[in-house]
Amino acid sequence: MPAMTTTITGIQRGLAAGQFSSVEITQDYLTRIGLFNDSINCFITITDDLALQQAKAADAIIAAGNAQPLTGVPLAHKDIYCTDGIKTSCASKILDNFIAPYDATVIEKFNQAGAVMLGKTNMDEFAMGSSNENSYYGPVANPWDFERVPGGSSGGSAAAVAARLTPAATGTDTGGSIRQPAALCGISGIKPTYGRVSRYGMIAFGSSLDQGGPLAQSAEDCAILLQTMAGFDPRDSTSIEQPVPDYSVQLNQDIKGLKIGLPEEYFAEGLDADVARVINAAIEEYRKLGAEIVDIKLPNSGLSIPVYYVVSSAECSSNLSRFDGVRFGHRCDNPVDLEDLYKRSRSEGFGDEVKRRIMIGTYALSAGYYDAYYLKAQQLRRLIKQDYEKAFTAVDAILCPVTPEIAFKQGDKTDDPVSMYLQDIYTIALNLAGLPGMSIPAGFSQGMPVGLQLIGNYFEESRLLNLAHQYQQVTDWHLQVPEMK
Amino acid sequence: MAAWETVIGLEIHAQLATSSKIFSGASTAFGAQPNTQACAVDLGFPGVLPVLNAEVVNMAVKFGVAINAEITAKSVFERKNYFYPDLPKGYQISQFELPIVGKGSLSINPEEGITKVVGITRAHLEEDAGKSLHEEFPDQTGIDLNRAGTPLLEIVSEPDLRSAREAVAYARKIHTLVRFLDICDGNMQEGSFRCDANVSIRPLGQLELGTRTELKNINSFRFLERAINIEIERQIGLVEDGGQVVLETRLYDADKNETRSMRSKEEANDYRYFPDPDLLPVEVTVDDIEHIRRSLPELPEQIRSRYVDSLDLSDYNAELLTGSREIAAYFEQALAQAPAHAKLLANWILGDLSGALNKSSLEIEDSPVSAEMLAGLILRIVDNTISGKIAKQVFDAMWTGEGDADAIIETRGLRQITDSTAIESLIDEVIAANPDQVEQFRAGKEKVLGFFVGQIMKQSKGKANPGQVNQMLLDKLRNDA
Repeated sequence: MPAMTTTITGIQRGLAAGQFSSVEITQDYLTRIGLFNDSINCFITITDDLALQQAKAADAIIAAGNAQPLTGVPLAHKDIYCTDGIKTSCASKILDNFIAPYDATVIEKFNQAGAVMLGKTNMDEFAMGSSNENSYYGPVANPWDFERVPGGSSGGSAAAVAARLTPAATGTDTGGSIRQPAALCGISGIKPTYGRVSRYGMIAFGSSLDQGGPLAQSAEDCAILLQTMAGFDPRDSTSIEQPVPDYSVQLNQDIKGLKIGLPEEYFAEGLDADVARVINAAIEEYRKLGAEIVDIKLPNSGLSIPVYYVVSSAECSSNLSRFDGVRFGHRCDNPVDLEDLYKRSRSEGFGDEVKRRIMIGTYALSAGYYDAYYLKAQQLRRLIKQDYEKAFTAVDAILCPVTPEIAFKQGDKTDDPVSMYLQDIYTIALNLAGLPGMSIPAGFSQGMPVGLQLIGNYFEESRLLNLAHQYQQVTDWHLQVPEMK
Repeated sequence: MAAWETVIGLEIHAQLATSSKIFSGASTAFGAQPNTQACAVDLGFPGVLPVLNAEVVNMAVKFGVAINAEITAKSVFERKNYFYPDLPKGYQISQFELPIVGKGSLSINPEEGITKVVGITRAHLEEDAGKSLHEEFPDQTGIDLNRAGTPLLEIVSEPDLRSAREAVAYARKIHTLVRFLDICDGNMQEGSFRCDANVSIRPLGQLELGTRTELKNINSFRFLERAINIEIERQIGLVEDGGQVVLETRLYDADKNETRSMRSKEEANDYRYFPDPDLLPVEVTVDDIEHIRRSLPELPEQIRSRYVDSLDLSDYNAELLTGSREIAAYFEQALAQAPAHAKLLANWILGDLSGALNKSSLEIEDSPVSAEMLAGLILRIVDNTISGKIAKQVFDAMWTGEGDADAIIETRGLRQITDSTAIESLIDEVIAANPDQVEQFRAGKEKVLGFFVGQIMKQSKGKANPGQVNQMLLDKLRNDA
């Protein structure tokens, strides 16, 4: 059994040099999935037949000399992306029987790029959660310690990459759902600027916050994947019509003289001391690379969590109305009338956390409460955004932790939603502001990975990838692989 | 008994005449097999997103400009949340706080010589829902989502209307306008143009509005008038018997000519409107508005004034001739051939032609007698080739396809006799054959003149020029005395 620590760039080289074929490497990954998926539970659907078929086609393209950068490269996709003819469940019972009749734009782009799909990864139901414990298909284990959570909601994707069951995977990030699991699983992930990646075919949670992005073993691999994912899509009115830069160009640039801001609010009370130690060491590393470290303030940071839970819940309460048992998805047995059909189909189909958010959101939008909650939250959202806009007049990037602590034990926070919501305290503001953010491995605490967050100005993904790549040139945290005994 | 005043406001849903839906590329054609014109977006499938059809914005702005309304620079689509099986997403995308068209107004002429300005509160864009089919499936409901996502412009009037007659005049005016603007086909049977009426009563002189009911399911102007009148009667009866009008939606049943309660507003949903995060605000610039203003066709109101002021037509005729784009176009085409005879043309179009069209259930654009043909007929009347009476025969022959007026006059030999010698000999014959009547005339009984004219026209098979006959007959009878 190969150790499978190969990155996408490694696979590209191997395929180009004829060291192995796409079919061979795809088969290797499928074998590893077969060996480890029972313990990690990171895949909901394994598309082995399709993967081998795609790999075979890719090998023919490579042999003909027509390979694109991702031709023959195996990938896994979060089960929130619609995949034509393949079950797309969003980890919910209500979509357990749903076969999407179309591909999400992101999937379409990877298909056109010749990538191979290994399967669909587990997640928190409808992307609501920070631990991947809210899945109809059961919790996902953290490959570094099977008793711990991998983070969420893209926990399946993060765990699969960390366990090297796939070289890389797609995720989505509404309040930290790419960055937090990437941090807890010791891999790299980037949430692009809102509007950079098409949301078409990505099942909506909080439409004004959701953004797709890659999870991979390195910043360089993230750049390669983002290159394919990003771009204007006429089918998504919120996607931005702006050319996509070549993300690999800036990777190797010197970061000397760049100003990196440390928001004091993100290093305050609540941050675990050992996590802080790891982050401080990373800051020293950046100093050595020539970056100028300055303190900044984001005074409205404390508003992020309440604002987020009003906005995202309000949007989800409406987005999830279409799951009504009428046209697709779960329908209760023998409904006596329309109301019964709605009530039982939805009660049976949705999990507890999803129901909680629908209720919060419905309440926040109700007559008499709209102004106090939804409207107020939108006003505060503007203040949070202004904090960042002001910060970026003084610095080139912002550095902070991704999570206040390392991955917790499964079941530790399931009875306390608020403490679970606090897991996203450092990640949520970016979604509210629409800014890009990246998470990269920066060390370990109690044997568990610790992530470092880099935040950039709008459409400055290249700068984040550059900062992350430069750090990964002088550190080897991202090369660490769990033993999975 | 108190005198009552009726207060009416109309909500008109005009289906915009786009070929594809407001947020998807699916076709909007009417009458297809159920669910064959609904794509993943219309079906509200997971992950799909709406993309605004730019054409609907142009159409809404056209309407707004035509009613002199404020056009909102940045209007916003919102979600109206409620559950219903024919509403696939569980919300309707509509406009709420910031509609694309703001306050405007429209003049109506409910009666000859009376002009009234009706305020229009707003007009907003929204998507239509699908249809629930209850009849076809016993104990089940069928859902047809072909109509889901069809673009609608909802036009809301101020409560400025005071009678069913005014309401109908207003509704017709809007109907004419949207068809002139080419933004709605106006087909009420297919539901492309739907009217809901908010009706209330109050004691005459009271300023405060009474409790209103909303009347739905009205699919013709005739039913609109009836539904409002029957509802006014019901409300007055109710209040005079000591009852109270309840805020509710009532369905008009045309077969029974009654309204009945559908749902009370207390049971109504809390729609939880909020801006749709999937759609950007709709921006309309001053330049866009100017561009649209310049591209507008001549509007019915402008045409109407032109007909009255420069063609000297009556208010009533001008109103009828601008009742639809097609009638106006027909009139204009005919006028181009016979520019000096607007009144005669108007009388023929609104008289004989309209009658014939009605009888055959034809629209003017399908008339067997074209505008050019009608003008040709008029020219033969005014140049005395035929009399007005003969003209009716010629019209009937044109209607049945015998050719144009000249051909028919020729083949049927209908040319009017204007030759004085010929007319004189006809007169002489008739005078000679009726000596008694000649005596009567000479004795002062001038009424017998009609008898002579009738006899002469009969002899000429209607072709003698009646004016000449009259004059010459009179001269002859008097002079020979």
